Amino acid sequence: MTNLEKYLNAFVTALEVSPAEAPALVYGQSKVWDSVGHMSLVAALEDAFDIMLEMDDIIDLSSFDKGKEILSKYDVEI
Amino acid sequence: MMWKFEGYRDNVAVIDEHGARLTYAELRHEGRMLCQQSDGRCLVFCLCKNVLGSFVGYTAFLNGGVVLAMLPAEMDAALFQSLYDTYRPKYVWAPEDFELEDSCPRYERFGYRLLQTSFGDGVRLAPELALLLTTSGSTGSPKFVRQSYQNIRANTESIVSYLSLTQSEKPITTLPMNYTYGLSIINSHLEVGATILLTEKGVAQKEFWQFFREQGATSFGGVPYTYEMLDRMRFFRMDLPTLTTMTQAGGKLLPELHQKFAQWCQETGRQFIVMYGQCEATARMAYLPWDMSLAKIGAMGIPIPGGQFELIDVDGQVITQPHVTGELRYRGKNVTLGYATTGDDLRKGDEFGGVLETGDMAQVDEDGYYTIVGRKKRFLKLFGNRVNLDEVERMLKSQFPGVEVACAGRDDRLTLFATDEAKLPQMRAWLAEKTGINISGFVPHAIPAIPQNEAGKTLYKELEKYDD
Repeated sequence: MTNLEKYLNAFVTALEVSPAEAPALVYGQSKVWDSVGHMSLVAALEDAFDIMLEMDDIIDLSSFDKGKEILSKYDVEI
Repeated sequence: MMWKFEGYRDNVAVIDEHGARLTYAELRHEGRMLCQQSDGRCLVFCLCKNVLGSFVGYTAFLNGGVVLAMLPAEMDAALFQSLYDTYRPKYVWAPEDFELEDSCPRYERFGYRLLQTSFGDGVRLAPELALLLTTSGSTGSPKFVRQSYQNIRANTESIVSYLSLTQSEKPITTLPMNYTYGLSIINSHLEVGATILLTEKGVAQKEFWQFFREQGATSFGGVPYTYEMLDRMRFFRMDLPTLTTMTQAGGKLLPELHQKFAQWCQETGRQFIVMYGQCEATARMAYLPWDMSLAKIGAMGIPIPGGQFELIDVDGQVITQPHVTGELRYRGKNVTLGYATTGDDLRKGDEFGGVLETGDMAQVDEDGYYTIVGRKKRFLKLFGNRVNLDEVERMLKSQFPGVEVACAGRDDRLTLFATDEAKLPQMRAWLAEKTGINISGFVPHAIPAIPQNEAGKTLYKELEKYDD
């Protein structure tokens, strides 16, 4: 699996959305990505890439694209 | 009148996340302007968000003797409609994008509008009735808890006293205004002239912490799920010099987390205060004093000033021995008037008579500290939302006719048992949509048959074995 596939998969499983819906998601703008969904998403990303996100990054993770930017800090290129 | 705002004229009462602020004198003035429009005592539905419009509406109407029903602004439209038709409010105070048929806007302020409905003054209201709150707003049952002015006043005074609140407090909102715990934080801080920091953002969002730091928040409250999130977010590494107090209510916190937060607070010179309450008791019934939080892990504390507990055994007798489980009964002036399920019920006076059967099973230790050990009523707290299991079953059966379904589970996980496996995904999605609760809280489970006794009653005990 490529990093992009892993990344997409984390959104699909944690937020229970289709791969087509995932890229447009923004925290707080949809019912699936609320605080509960957010914690599932953080856990899924940490598992997928075997990393531990810092608190500042957890609270900064506000959209699909923003997440890619954050992961690059952990040497994960998507 | 609930509060005497003129005592703190120049104090800042509220600051929102965009930096807009109102002093107590301004809040009082805004309240008078709004109340003038609603001409006299009547019923108003307030659609709540943590924004100025909602805040000003709440304080204005409560202080002005207008009866408020507090509802979440994001409420499902059909559920709103059923409450609206049942209680026939004269006005709805709502965000300006809220559409209501056959209504006429009377006043606009802070992004909110006062919509006059076509119901008029038909509703009769008991003189002591102040506030209507749903016990489980999410399932939209037409049932309200009826709170009186005396209830709110008594509970507010008690909270101010045991938390030793002063005007230098700056609590930041983490809970909705239609939720009794969120409301009690607002009520008690307005009583002492403190400054409420109002935000719609949550603890998992950057903007929340930016606002927290900019304004120097001193306290917040959280339900168990809030503390689970903070723990997973490595909250303990955060630098928050202004934070002095964290309170917890809305369900039992895992003892490990209780320990962790109590420990951290002790080490960093802060107060961690576990509390216990219910909407039927206005808000609070008990608290664990902060300096006992490490000595009594897992306990919810002692009765608040003015309150009393009793434990009742299966024969209805009062338990006098420590460490014996019984049903928890509470007495106090904050025990609400009763419930309402129809518009006519709003005329009713006090039905509870100051005594509340909490439905919780508890024990007390030798020192008088109470611990909740279980629950008699069939409801869960899903991510802080009280969910009545029987109500959810009824909703599902009416939406999916002919389906065989039973709901069980534990806090933070509702298991949906059904015989028709193909329908489960639809049922889950529908439930998440209706209740506004994240879909991950609903766990599907297909079974060959719902276990029932001869009389056709569901045997929930049998379902427990599937819930590990």
